[in-house]
Amino acid sequence: MSETVLLGDEAVALGAVHAGLTAAYAYPGTPSTEITEYLIRYRRKHGTPIAQWCANEKTAYEEALGVSFAGRRALVSMKHVGLNVAADPFMNSALITINGGLVLAVADDPGMHSSQNEQDSRLFADFARVICLEPSSHQQAYDMTREAFDLSERFQIPIMIRLVTRLAHSRGNVTTAEPRPENPVAKSATPASWILLPANARRQWRALLERQPEMRRYTASCPHNTVTGADSPAPFGVITTGLARNYYIENIEDLGVAPPHLHVGAYPFPADMIRKFVGGLRRVLVLEEGYPYLERALRGVLPPNVDIEGRESGHVPPDGELNPDIVRASLGLKSRPGLTIEGLTLPPRPPQLCAGCPHGDSFHAVTAALAGFPDAVVTSDIGCYTLGALPPYNAIQSCVCMGASVGMAKGAAEAGLHPVVAVIGDSTFLHSGVTPLLDAITEDTPMTLLILDNKTVGMTGGQPTIRPSSQLEDLVRGLGVPADHLHVLDAHPRHDAHNTAVLRREVEHRGLSVIIAVRECLETIKRGKQEQVAARA
Amino acid sequence: MKFDIILAGVGGQGVLSVSAIIASSAMHEGLSVKQSEVHGMSQRGGEVQANLRLSDKPIASDLIPRGTASLVLSMEPLESLRYLPYLSPTGTVLTSTDAVANFANYPDLEGLLARIRTLPRAILIDAERLARQAGSARATNMVMIGAASSLLPVTLETIEHFVGTLFAAKGARVVETNLKALAAGREAAVGR
Ligand code: SF4
Repeated sequence: MSETVLLGDEAVALGAVHAGLTAAYAYPGTPSTEITEYLIRYRRKHGTPIAQWCANEKTAYEEALGVSFAGRRALVSMKHVGLNVAADPFMNSALITINGGLVLAVADDPGMHSSQNEQDSRLFADFARVICLEPSSHQQAYDMTREAFDLSERFQIPIMIRLVTRLAHSRGNVTTAEPRPENPVAKSATPASWILLPANARRQWRALLERQPEMRRYTASCPHNTVTGADSPAPFGVITTGLARNYYIENIEDLGVAPPHLHVGAYPFPADMIRKFVGGLRRVLVLEEGYPYLERALRGVLPPNVDIEGRESGHVPPDGELNPDIVRASLGLKSRPGLTIEGLTLPPRPPQLCAGCPHGDSFHAVTAALAGFPDAVVTSDIGCYTLGALPPYNAIQSCVCMGASVGMAKGAAEAGLHPVVAVIGDSTFLHSGVTPLLDAITEDTPMTLLILDNKTVGMTGGQPTIRPSSQLEDLVRGLGVPADHLHVLDAHPRHDAHNTAVLRREVEHRGLSVIIAVRECLETIKRGKQEQVAARA
Repeated sequence: MKFDIILAGVGGQGVLSVSAIIASSAMHEGLSVKQSEVHGMSQRGGEVQANLRLSDKPIASDLIPRGTASLVLSMEPLESLRYLPYLSPTGTVLTSTDAVANFANYPDLEGLLARIRTLPRAILIDAERLARQAGSARATNMVMIGAASSLLPVTLETIEHFVGTLFAAKGARVVETNLKALAAGREAAVGR
């Protein structure tokens, strides 16, 4: 046993290593990135486990499935919207008879610090009918991840660990336990259960449903779902999930009498336990980070004369991240005044591209090339370059999900807009832009795809792209983009006039064109230099 | 004992390394620590804030409640004001006077500093100048830690130890510069 200080993400990573992890796969995405970064560093030092970045979350999940098939333990991690990409293998893997433990760590982003939505992954676990564990501390992040591998092998299902930004990116103490060795290679003993042909799939689905009561028995007796102060005389009860527990504890002292409290950290939620907990209470406050998931479910579990208060009832804000003050207000406690300076309004300081970022120069060229086209559309994507939506650039008009710039451009062009430019980063292109480009090539859609190749996954801190920049041109040509409409440009301001001219020519062309604007991210250049300096020292 | 700190600044100013040194020092002295950080989008030149909580008892929440923080430690004057609602009425604002005016309508700096001085407990530090005098503008962070050190529930020796560890790989000269910056910050704050 030893004590260390870790980010929530790192606690998950170390928990997995100590559970006998063989391989971890992921695509970078805030706030989940540090799980795999930790494992990659760990491997450099200790030789194991396998820890790799993948093309996208779907490929990562499928690779982890292969490890499980081989009888060994695999971790796949992603941000919440990444699970949309991996939803196909995730949903289907619930029907397979999992062999080696398979754990999916999903980091949700309530409050949307770095995301396009705040979807709650607990619903995905429910959708797939598998167990979800939700840590509310660093220690739990470590312990639950370890346990999740055992549960995965015991129930033969994938297990979800649901994190949120605030835990993923905060540091706290973790006491570690004796590491467990890796599983030996042992091919699945029930290979037919991995072949989801309808006849097998029907059998597997039934088997999964038949295991539900056993899963519920586990969550009703596990230490993650706990009641405190059951005989408190307070007039209402409190149910918390995840980090809401911490914000509640932060406020207990000021309540006078601590209400009876049920904390739920393992799902499927323990309905009987909740019924018993509520007993004769007439009012329960449900505090949960994310959707009113439990609150909604309780409306079918508790008798109608119990007032259920939460995000859906309007007693807690329906959106955004919780914090001690929101929880305080929902408990009916008065807010504490801080300091103020009268009559001072502070201008916001929005994020912006680094000074001198190559994307800035590319946006300049795009805007210049599109001058005089009132119907011009620039669709865009997920990455640093999404900041091109803000002043001073105001250069893009969409950002929906990974790869959507390409498909949306095709649709917009086919619907009659002209010119249409899709702007996507190199890593996002490799993640999800290649397949919609195939559609556009097939139709020779009148659109221009501009790939901003900064040679890295910039937004998440400079991870390597799945294939190097040098191969991008060959890849695009190999997909079938005609050579005379495929250009590679140097995204340096000294080439601005030339780059603008090439862009102008191609947006005027009534067919598909692809332009790759290459220049390395300033941050990775800086870090490269720092690493060289450190290596020399 | 509990000591909650809101660390503020602009993406790229090294707010997290300030937080890390104070956190390691507190842990070394046996305190419980929770440190909530910002990664991702907002790090790109936007407002950055970290919550650092130190206590001799277990800490529940990663986030600091409003009206309770002991210290707002800011690398930038405008940012120091953004988190006032979190400061306890008896708390201190400690800020560098070096503005990062990376957007169009940055308020008049002198007016801003004058407003900060009207707060009950405000300490303003000319951090970059002190860092340069110590040998490197890059040691501005260390000046600010030094300035905070007499308020923090940890000893200067422990902080010095962790500053030494952080820069050990970069050689003795760099360590020395940073320790000098730390001392200059402390002197500037205490000797006011
Ligand atoms: S991190 Fe790199 S890609 Fe992102 S804004 Fe900065 S220079 Fe541009």
